[in-house]
Amino acid sequence: MTYETDLQEFEPVLGLETHVELGTASKMFCSCATAFGAEPNTQTCPVCLGLPGALPVVNAQAIESTVRIGLALHCTIASWCRFARKNYFYPDMPKNFQTSQYDEPLCSDGYLDVEVPVEGGAPETVRIPIERVHLEEDTGKSLHVGGATGRIHGASHSLVDYNRAGIPLVEIVTRPVTGTGTRPAEVAKAYVTALRDLLRGLDVSDVRMEQGSMRCDVNVSLNRPGEPWGTRSETKNVNSLRSVERAVRSEVERQAGRLRAGERIVQETRHFSEATGSSSPGRSKEEATDYRYFPEPDLVPVAPDPAWVARLRDALPEPPAERRRRLVDQLGLPELDAQAMVNAGVLDLVLATVEAGAPAGEARNWWLQTLAQAANTAGVEPAELPITPAQVARLAALVAEGTLTAGLARQVAEGVLAGEGEPDEVVAGRGLAVVSDEGALGEAVDAAIAAQPGVADKVRGGKVQAVGALVGAVMKATRGQADASVVRRLLLERLGVEG
Amino acid sequence: MSTDLTRRTAAETAAAIAGREVSAVEVAQAHLDRIAAVDDRLHAFLHVDSEGALAQAARVDAGEVAGPLAGVPLALKDVLCTEGVPTTVGSKMLEGWRPPYDATVTARLKAAGVVILGKTNMDEFAMGSSTEHSAYGPTHNPWDLTRIPGGSGGGSAAAVAAYEAPLAVGTDTGGSIRQPAAVTGTIGVKPTYGGVSRYGLVAFSSSLDQAGPCARTVLDAALLHAVIAGHDPADSTSIDAPVPPVVEAARQGASGEGLAGLRVGVVRELSGEGYATGVQERFDEAVELLRGLGAEVREVSCPHFGYALAAYYLIAPSEASSNLARFDGVRYGLRVGDDGSRSLEEVTALTRGRGFGAEVKRRIVLGTYALSSGYYDAYYGQAQKVRTLITRDFTSAFEQVDVLVSPAAPTVAFPLGDKLADPLAMYRQDLATIPSNLYGGPAMSLPCGLSDGLPVGLQIMAPTMRDELLYRVGAAFEAARPAPVPPLSWES
Repeated sequence: MTYETDLQEFEPVLGLETHVELGTASKMFCSCATAFGAEPNTQTCPVCLGLPGALPVVNAQAIESTVRIGLALHCTIASWCRFARKNYFYPDMPKNFQTSQYDEPLCSDGYLDVEVPVEGGAPETVRIPIERVHLEEDTGKSLHVGGATGRIHGASHSLVDYNRAGIPLVEIVTRPVTGTGTRPAEVAKAYVTALRDLLRGLDVSDVRMEQGSMRCDVNVSLNRPGEPWGTRSETKNVNSLRSVERAVRSEVERQAGRLRAGERIVQETRHFSEATGSSSPGRSKEEATDYRYFPEPDLVPVAPDPAWVARLRDALPEPPAERRRRLVDQLGLPELDAQAMVNAGVLDLVLATVEAGAPAGEARNWWLQTLAQAANTAGVEPAELPITPAQVARLAALVAEGTLTAGLARQVAEGVLAGEGEPDEVVAGRGLAVVSDEGALGEAVDAAIAAQPGVADKVRGGKVQAVGALVGAVMKATRGQADASVVRRLLLERLGVEG
Repeated sequence: MSTDLTRRTAAETAAAIAGREVSAVEVAQAHLDRIAAVDDRLHAFLHVDSEGALAQAARVDAGEVAGPLAGVPLALKDVLCTEGVPTTVGSKMLEGWRPPYDATVTARLKAAGVVILGKTNMDEFAMGSSTEHSAYGPTHNPWDLTRIPGGSGGGSAAAVAAYEAPLAVGTDTGGSIRQPAAVTGTIGVKPTYGGVSRYGLVAFSSSLDQAGPCARTVLDAALLHAVIAGHDPADSTSIDAPVPPVVEAARQGASGEGLAGLRVGVVRELSGEGYATGVQERFDEAVELLRGLGAEVREVSCPHFGYALAAYYLIAPSEASSNLARFDGVRYGLRVGDDGSRSLEEVTALTRGRGFGAEVKRRIVLGTYALSSGYYDAYYGQAQKVRTLITRDFTSAFEQVDVLVSPAAPTVAFPLGDKLADPLAMYRQDLATIPSNLYGGPAMSLPCGLSDGLPVGLQIMAPTMRDELLYRVGAAFEAARPAPVPPLSWES
């Protein structure tokens, strides 16, 4: 059985919970810094360590960012809401409760329109209903040492880094997404992509899935047409766009296999493995923790002033989809081209490259050809490549000014992707600039003629097109750094032939 | 003014130090000597910080810190964090823990030049009414060493009553400042909730906890109140408004101008069954005295006060079950059984099993149950509704009268061990004090005479942020009927 036949037999229902670390300078309830990658336990204080007596104070910037996210997702903003304590024991949670929101989220009932690529056609717009957007604090990070899996079972001991504890975390929860037909994986990926672009446009988070500042939990259930929804599983910590797609796919296949065999689906949490692209069972929800939520008595209710909310709404940036359409029109990119770029996940990168100064055609070619290939080879999304639109624009500029040929520019791009620095640094480091000094080329030209006297005679005899073999030899000798048209002119001059 | 430095009021001591009649170091030393002489019998202190106290007194003498209470010694309840000085909360769980930071109250005391003598004994995690639930043994009542000093702040009250310190800070979640004050013949005030910062106060029940002053005179309590109160940005529930004029009110009350025009309500529901005859008699006399001072006295009904104790014993344990979850042996304090053979869950269970006393465990279990799925609405949710009704009782009563009065505790100090086997009898000690915690308004206990040779407390309750009314009425009452002095016959 294949995935395709699975989806002819079963209807999928999706649910996506996305956690986003906000890019605020300080933590949710204290003034500790939030920088990624600091020495363990250096960004802590009595509050985020949950020391006896310490009390939280709400980060106003985090409230503002969350309200802006809610507004951008067309949510209703609560006029009054409270934080709640979610009680459970885990060593990376300093207070053994997480300050979160429960039945009074800051934002509720919105939606996000996402464009799902369609092979060979215009993308289809799917409306993803948003149930809630709420604010909570992140936990610390546990490192389980001495086990085979890196999980707590089998570990000899565990270390906890509380730098992350208390970083503001926004949770965005969809309502059940139905009607995705044969393309649940594509819809899920398109949603997470659109959400990431929206959050990036709001400048509220760096949304780096690979650093964990955006993490996704994917809920999937299957039912036969006409039957009630099936039991769902929740796949945790799916940490790349590609994995969102793969997680849905593998869960559809797994559940369809069980259902077809007459087995039942257990409501459980599953762990996704980036390495294998499949998930393994975790905690069963049938023995679920009772979180004993109750309103956080250490914090006063949050009551956003409606006039302030209105000002935030008015100041929202242009939504990414609209911005894209506007720029595509302005740049005069043909409709089909734009679709190809959407499908390849490079449209925003192309637009950003154009904004950084590259001609539209050049930007398009770079991302759709050279870099799309590089991404494919590396198994990542183009956006995840370690090269920025500004760097691509610089490559285009180096070609335009004659410093690089197209071929050399591709070599420089490889250098940038390999972490050798900025384009100009790679040019210098690899010695890749075009050699257009005719004196320097003369030696190579003479050598090529001397090495292939037969070819030289043919050219002298009037077979001008035979010069190509000599040009190739010179280019090879100069490692591609010569300008081919200059080489050709020099060769013909030496051989006394009119080009 | 007494020649014995420990017998002076805080106001007298502050004036003497400011006037250079005596040095702050001499005052501190006199109190440290007093503690050394009597605390083996009282056990009011869990930790005496002689070095820190003398250093702070020296700073006052050097003119480095000044203020209305500069150089005055104080006993701090062991529930408030003191940087580098042990803070145990009366629990084995935090034995030896030295906080890396000061509570806001601690910091304000230090900045005002107050000399912190040490940390006082308390029921573990402030859960109790007798200080017998301290993991470090009970405190004894200076009026009769065989009796309880009240709780949870029995150490603070006993230290003040026995002249170990003229001032103390306590915390009051359901009566832990006022009931000890009542049974030790001292003054204890629970300020308006949000009036004094809770930052650095190890939480029992976050929506009820409030730190406040303990003293031997109303004016001393007011002076201390003014030092520790005021907005703190580190506590979200702290009220951003000026501190009520408590010192001015205390001076006005003591001026002899009486209480003419003041309307006093006697709460019908806080008398009768459950209140000892001797307590009721002293209270009735106190009401007559208020009338004699010119107050207009009437009876007021607060029909939902009868449910206060039940609501409190759902709300407070619920919050406590969550607040105390952090004591798991992972980051600080006690850790039991971590020999490499046990799982995390086992070590946490062993630590909590060993670290918490019976009363704390009882309340954690109670609160965990009350918050659990399927029971929340019936218990915690219902208790919150009762809390709203009690608040309404107060607001409608305060439309008729300026302050409410009642006995502060239903009995005088009972013998040590008397109620340990009967938690409900112990809980009933807070019958009269709990309503103000649920409402959030301020309340004071001050001595109103003796019954069988033991002190009885008069409770005054006021509307939120009208703390000054307590001091005006209290000071007028105190001027007319000075507090009884403990015989301290056990000293000789």
